[in-house]
Amino acid sequence: MTIKEIQEEIVSEFEMFDDWMQRYEYMIELGKDLPLVDAQYKTDDNIIKGCQSKVWVHADLEGDKLNFTADSDAIITKGIIAILIRAFSGQHPKDIIEADMGFIDQIGLKEHLSPTRANGLVSMIKQLKLYAVAYQTQLK
Amino acid sequence: MIDIEKIRADFPILKREVNGKPLIYFDNAATSQTPQVVINAIVDYYSRYNANIHRGVHTLSQEATDAYEVARKKVQQHFSAKNDYEIILTAGTTHAINIVATGFTSFLAKDDEIIVSAMEHHSNIVPWQMLCERTGATLKVIPMTEQGVLKTDVYENLLSSKTKLVFVNHVSNALGTVNPIEFIIEKAHAVGAAVLIDGAQATPHIKPDVQALDVDFYVASAHKLCGPTGVGLLYGKEDWLNKLPPYQGGGDMIDQVSFEKTTYAGLPFKFEAGTPNICGGIAFGVALDYLNEIGYENIGAYENELLIYATERLKEIDGLRIYGEADEKTAVISFNVGNIHPYDIGTIVDKLGVAVRTGHHCAQPIMDFYKIPGTVRASFAFYNTKEEIDVFVDAVKRAVMMLS
Repeated sequence: MTIKEIQEEIVSEFEMFDDWMQRYEYMIELGKDLPLVDAQYKTDDNIIKGCQSKVWVHADLEGDKLNFTADSDAIITKGIIAILIRAFSGQHPKDIIEADMGFIDQIGLKEHLSPTRANGLVSMIKQLKLYAVAYQTQLK
Repeated sequence: MIDIEKIRADFPILKREVNGKPLIYFDNAATSQTPQVVINAIVDYYSRYNANIHRGVHTLSQEATDAYEVARKKVQQHFSAKNDYEIILTAGTTHAINIVATGFTSFLAKDDEIIVSAMEHHSNIVPWQMLCERTGATLKVIPMTEQGVLKTDVYENLLSSKTKLVFVNHVSNALGTVNPIEFIIEKAHAVGAAVLIDGAQATPHIKPDVQALDVDFYVASAHKLCGPTGVGLLYGKEDWLNKLPPYQGGGDMIDQVSFEKTTYAGLPFKFEAGTPNICGGIAFGVALDYLNEIGYENIGAYENELLIYATERLKEIDGLRIYGEADEKTAVISFNVGNIHPYDIGTIVDKLGVAVRTGHHCAQPIMDFYKIPGTVRASFAFYNTKEEIDVFVDAVKRAVMMLS
């Protein structure tokens, strides 16, 4: 599936819920399935700045596709990063760099998109895309 | 006595909704809400007599100057300062602290020491670290107990003839502890050290008398006192303010200027370079009038009632731990539930219409002390109610259910 198709799939899953509480509960559930980052990468250097909770992200290149793992000490943050990683993992760096992230708005997480929001969703997206940029250069 | 219905009607923001729920504002330690009289003062200033002050001969400038200087007098009276020129109107607490910290550069030598407490806000740590870097002086820290109370015996041992300045907050922003500043000031003076007290968190609940305290410097912010942001005060004893060099150069702070030599204006203008926050200063004065009309005794008693009630209700929640259990504290409750991240609780209760602060509250050393990433902090004001606390406790319970 392309990033866009996965995003659409996530949006349709979230559309099943009619209130924020169910959406948050679902997000918390998604966080439980997050592919966890290996302990060796859970260093202070790998913490994404701009988040009130700690978020670690790591990327591995397999062939020409990227696979992400992550973790957070906050449950909701874990859910948010799980959603992002689901859309990006197994994708080509170029597609990740170019991906439009408007689907965040559609799943009712728009409030988290503000650059000053303490959870740092914007910082997370930036970090994931930075990994893609780095590996894209390597692929060339 | 507090007439809560009447008071709540004074604050237009309390009528708004957040996420479809009536707003419950429990982040008063970060900033207080603004009563209509203060909003009116701001509107009135810009509608009727907006002008630059201390310069113009025209009517508007004179009116604005008079209003600004009346505000200074109100601040003087509120804090019981001896002279109005001992009140420097600043951009806020941080600005006021930096005036003193920068000024002390010329007073400190290599072996001198500055003492701060372990429960300081970052704005109270960094300027002193910078001062130590500039001068070679050493920073000493008064430790605290598990309950969040300063160890005064250790403080006494830290004091010596090397101590030049002691800096402590009157009330801790993260814990709500009311510190024994009378004791701290007395002991510091005994070794010849100056004392600066940060009243940012205390002044919404306590009305300090700077002369009775015999404090050398006292600082606070208007926006925690129902006033606007961007204005605050530095109180300093006349002698100290005369000794302290100016902080910024500019207009309004000079006496004579030539390219050979400039002489500075007298107090308070020496520290008020440039056009000040005129409207903010005037509104600050109105905010103090508003608080004094309600009365600090009434405010303190009512808030304490809220604090006791909220503490009891929150303790119903399994695994909830409160940080800051001093006998004397203001209406602030910092807590965590089990291992749930404070950010998670804060996010859910916000969805339920309750504004609380989460995180390290700009006091990372306190969080390191308790080995926690942060806390959820609910801080109450005299316009809050027990009914709001009930909604908040239910919201926390719901969050805990979702998150565990």
